[in-house]
Amino acid sequence: MTQLISLLTSAIVFGTVILYGSLGEILTEKSGNLNLGVPGIMYLGGIAGLAAAFFYEMHAAEPVGAVGLVLSFLAAILASMLGGLIYAFLTITLRANQNVTGLTLTIFGAGLANLFGGSLNALAGGVGQISVAVTSRAYRAYIPALAGLGLPGQLLFSFGFMAYLAIVIALIANWFLNRSRVGLNLRAVGEDPATADAAGINVTRYKYLATCVGAGISGLGGLYYAMDYIKGTWSTDGTIEALGWLAVALVIFATWKPARAIWSAYLFGVLYWAYNYIAGLSRASIELFKMLPYVVTIIVLVAVSMRRSREAQPPKSLGLSYFREER
Amino acid sequence: MNNHEPLIHIAKRDGMVWWRAWLVRLAAAIAALLVCALFIYGLTKLNPVKVYAAMWQGAFGSARRSWITVRDATILLCIGVGLAPAFMMRFWNVGAEGQVLMGGCATAAVLIYAGRALSTPMLLLIGGAASIAAGVLWGVIPAIFKARWNTNETLFTLMMNYIAIQITCFLVAKWENPKGSNSVGIINQQTQAGWFPAIFGQQYMMNVIIVLALTVGMYLYLKYTKHGYEISVVGESENTARYAGISVKRVIIRTMALSGAVCGLSGFVAVAGASHTISTSTAGGRGFTAIIVAWMAKFNTFVMILIAFLLVFLEKGAIQIASQFKLNDYASEVVTGIILFFLLGSEFFIQYTVHFRSHGHKKEVQA
Repeated sequence: MTQLISLLTSAIVFGTVILYGSLGEILTEKSGNLNLGVPGIMYLGGIAGLAAAFFYEMHAAEPVGAVGLVLSFLAAILASMLGGLIYAFLTITLRANQNVTGLTLTIFGAGLANLFGGSLNALAGGVGQISVAVTSRAYRAYIPALAGLGLPGQLLFSFGFMAYLAIVIALIANWFLNRSRVGLNLRAVGEDPATADAAGINVTRYKYLATCVGAGISGLGGLYYAMDYIKGTWSTDGTIEALGWLAVALVIFATWKPARAIWSAYLFGVLYWAYNYIAGLSRASIELFKMLPYVVTIIVLVAVSMRRSREAQPPKSLGLSYFREER
Repeated sequence: MNNHEPLIHIAKRDGMVWWRAWLVRLAAAIAALLVCALFIYGLTKLNPVKVYAAMWQGAFGSARRSWITVRDATILLCIGVGLAPAFMMRFWNVGAEGQVLMGGCATAAVLIYAGRALSTPMLLLIGGAASIAAGVLWGVIPAIFKARWNTNETLFTLMMNYIAIQITCFLVAKWENPKGSNSVGIINQQTQAGWFPAIFGQQYMMNVIIVLALTVGMYLYLKYTKHGYEISVVGESENTARYAGISVKRVIIRTMALSGAVCGLSGFVAVAGASHTISTSTAGGRGFTAIIVAWMAKFNTFVMILIAFLLVFLEKGAIQIASQFKLNDYASEVVTGIILFFLLGSEFFIQYTVHFRSHGHKKEVQA
């Protein structure tokens, strides 16, 4: 039983990282932009948050966790939105190819983040690895009275605030895309920009906003990873990149539905960590286990394309630039 | 005079003279290098000119360094050549990373299991064939689903990468040598069985010969054969292709088999001809970088040579400045990213003209 609970809690923590990544990407893809820069954006969010907290803790005489939290949160959103803006400018205004631009953004973001993550401390004259203990503790704070309520307390209340924020964002996004006028307009842009344009929707503005706001949300995944998952440190092992691609996979698995992404993210977490709780696995077979999230994603992708159900299809203009004169 | 004329008017060009197009790209590259210089200066406070000199040293400073640059550029080029037919067909094969790894794994398996039994030429023959088979398998699976059910190939091939990465990790754990090192080590280190032989005394000459042959072959295939023509028609419009009596499904599957085969063969070159070991860094992101190489070269495999060298030069150079100035290697990815952003953006000015609204008289529309 304790094993099951620890599997579920680690799955929720894991799922939260990719939930942020994929919520941002769902929003972006709904505007017809396939942004393969999600891993890069998550890197940007992670390192910006970490760097903001790092400089704050270094310069403040007595760093306060809450201040570090606000600073790093804002820095993460800002940096990842800037990443999204680069992508948006190149693909929307300059009509560069989306796949190639996205991949470049991933290379750039990963490079920038690991460059600073690995050498920020040295550049600032310190020794050893970067660490922002105070801010990280603020991110991981929970209400002990609630978390102590036995089993449900542990499962529901033992996480930092960002785990809950992700669910809130998912529910808001779900409402936004299905119920609000702006959200429906956005979907129209992603399905058929020419028709949306003819209906008087400003396609360029919608695409820009969806891409930048989406990037901001994706970047929070990197922030959560840096602050909560690895407790306010940095590691250049490329985990964020792997998680970023899982976030892209999750978009497909959730068939572009934010509410579905919530439980799908946790399911990915369970699949990813399952090997830890199965006795007698060799190190080699653990590696095979880790491919499960990708395999199920392919199965969903294939099943969706075979069923041709209209509800579950990718946005129709996904991956294509829109140029009014080329209609 | 129309008062509602927008401030900026963008129109598609009919085409730009090739030398003007290259001038635009050159200008973009120079602008990118300036931005990179600012970035490097901000980080290290060093004279950027000296930094670029150090980069040159890192890539071509000695015969050995030059050959390593050549070795890495040929592998990147090889993957790019493999992607060319798929991209020309507008089939987004972003699965090169996985296809390279599967080819590399197949080669490593041959070298490990048959290394004692067979001679090097036989090992190379079988290893090459195995790598092609593995690459074809990895390329054709998404193609079949694309052809039959129109399954999104970008997302499918992307996922196939991660399955290949996990298979590679699995094999590395299985073959690890010595035990507990979590790496395969150099395969057949004593006997050098199944390694590319040195030609003209150059260890990496065979890599160059194989990849150049593929580059020329692919150029001719795409430009002068019936298959190449069919690929470009399918890429332009599937309906036109169908109307012209081309079996779109067959072309998609055949082309992806070819694309996967060349990518798989890149894995063979990387394992038997370069690193003599297998790990996820056998591909190491080059499958993704090659996408950029192939796209920017507009499927022209000769232009790919130039771009592949530029990217590897940047990588080696940035690694050099990183170690000289105590940064880490990731500086190279930042520099690469900045340059690619600029080159991607510059294509716009080659494809389109921009007119600003002018007062009084309307500017003549340029052709």
